[in-house]
Amino acid sequence: MIIDHPLLGPRDAAEFVILGDATLIDRPDPQAPDALDRFHDYVHLRDNPAGSHRELWYHEQGDRSWLVVTRNTLTHAVIKVELARGVALAGRKTRSGKR
Amino acid sequence: MTYSALRLFKETLTGNRGWKPAWREPEPKPRYDVVIVGGGGHGLSTAYYLAREFGITNVAVLEKGWLGSGNIGRNTTIIRSNYLLPGNEPFYELSMKLWENLEQDFNYNAMVSQRGIINLYHSDSQRDAFVRRGNAMLMAGADAVLLDEKGIREVCPFLDFDNARFPIKGGLWQKRAGTARHDAVAWGYARGADRRGVDIIQNCEVTGFDIRNGVCHGVTTTRGAISAGRVAVCVAGSSSRVMARAGMRLPIESHVLQAFVTEGLKPVIPGVVTFGAGHFYISQSDKGGLVFGGDIDGYNTYAQRGNLPVVEDVCEGGMAIMPMIGKARLLRMWGGVMDMSMDGSPIIDRTPVDGLYFNGGWCYGGFKATPASGFCYAHLIARDAPHPVATAMRLDRFRTGHVIDERGAGAQPNLH
Repeated sequence: MIIDHPLLGPRDAAEFVILGDATLIDRPDPQAPDALDRFHDYVHLRDNPAGSHRELWYHEQGDRSWLVVTRNTLTHAVIKVELARGVALAGRKTRSGKR
Repeated sequence: MTYSALRLFKETLTGNRGWKPAWREPEPKPRYDVVIVGGGGHGLSTAYYLAREFGITNVAVLEKGWLGSGNIGRNTTIIRSNYLLPGNEPFYELSMKLWENLEQDFNYNAMVSQRGIINLYHSDSQRDAFVRRGNAMLMAGADAVLLDEKGIREVCPFLDFDNARFPIKGGLWQKRAGTARHDAVAWGYARGADRRGVDIIQNCEVTGFDIRNGVCHGVTTTRGAISAGRVAVCVAGSSSRVMARAGMRLPIESHVLQAFVTEGLKPVIPGVVTFGAGHFYISQSDKGGLVFGGDIDGYNTYAQRGNLPVVEDVCEGGMAIMPMIGKARLLRMWGGVMDMSMDGSPIIDRTPVDGLYFNGGWCYGGFKATPASGFCYAHLIARDAPHPVATAMRLDRFRTGHVIDERGAGAQPNLH
């Protein structure tokens, strides 16, 4: 697999390690009344879809950036690559906008 | 038709015209006592033990593709019971005991070959860990022998003992472990279940579950609706996809594990050998091919194929312990989709939906578990209570903290 790094261009996936589903960015609020349930789901349950999957990859043997890679789990095709920092900040903005 | 030497003799004399198909191809009935979703090794062995051990014969096994088309046909055929934790080891030892009597039990040649498994160790700390594991195995009624370097040299003289980075210091030997013929296991269970009245229905995909007021009443399939007293899902590799149709999210990710086989060679490897400093395991098939594998690729996938970095990693592991493997030519390689669970151990349990049962999360150790998985699952379905050796394999153990984490890697499926 080739991951098209937003800053460095196309890189071999072997330079990266994968953490898993990109929803791991959205850590639950530890102060929420149902925090225990939410953390159980956050840590242990996964959608694990067959098809398009957003996941966190770390460029360990490169620039050490975290990426959100959208990849098809049936074909291994990489569809979209974003800097995880950008995704996390955008998510935070959306969430605070909702409040 | 019972298979026997006499039967073989008779058929030889009469031109082999008397052999019949090993199982029927029935149309699905509108209702069964138990519907098993998934006609792989575990589903078929569940059906077999439901009929043979618990007397429930009004059973259907629904298979999306053809019988045994999943991981029962894609594994590296190793059978063993060398686990550490009390939630696992008695279960795998039950499986080992069932393997030992399997062929007589279901009257089919599964080519169970108890040639032993040796887990190599390369350091003092690793030896101590293997002593502990060996003791855990003995306590569960399994067999374990600790070999020093001299002992290993006698059994496997071809290993690279004086490797500069990973010298081989000894190994943990389970003599009763070995290999079995994977396809024959599926066929033997299918035939055994069929002879006892179980309907095996191929090319029948489950598209949904009939769940009303928290009770499962049956399934909808590509060949019509089938109502059932109990529905037992057994589709490791596709568990998340199937259980999503029942509205459930699982503590499972799907990953690919690759396996490799070389051209046929004369006998060189006695049993199974595993590398202690990397992930590599190897055995030799009855046809002579070296069968080996290593790590999963590490990313979520449902494609039954992997990528080259892991091929390289596996081959490096092979070269590190037995450089002679470099002379062999790789004949075939393939991949299978694994249910990687959050603690590296399987799940055999009820679900929050009444009448719906779940068996999955086998990571890359499902083949050796085939007999005990079916036996314990059948026990759970028939008696609505877990078998004593499978009480720890609960679906809710991540919520309660009772995980069975052999590797100690935490909730990171691709590290187990």
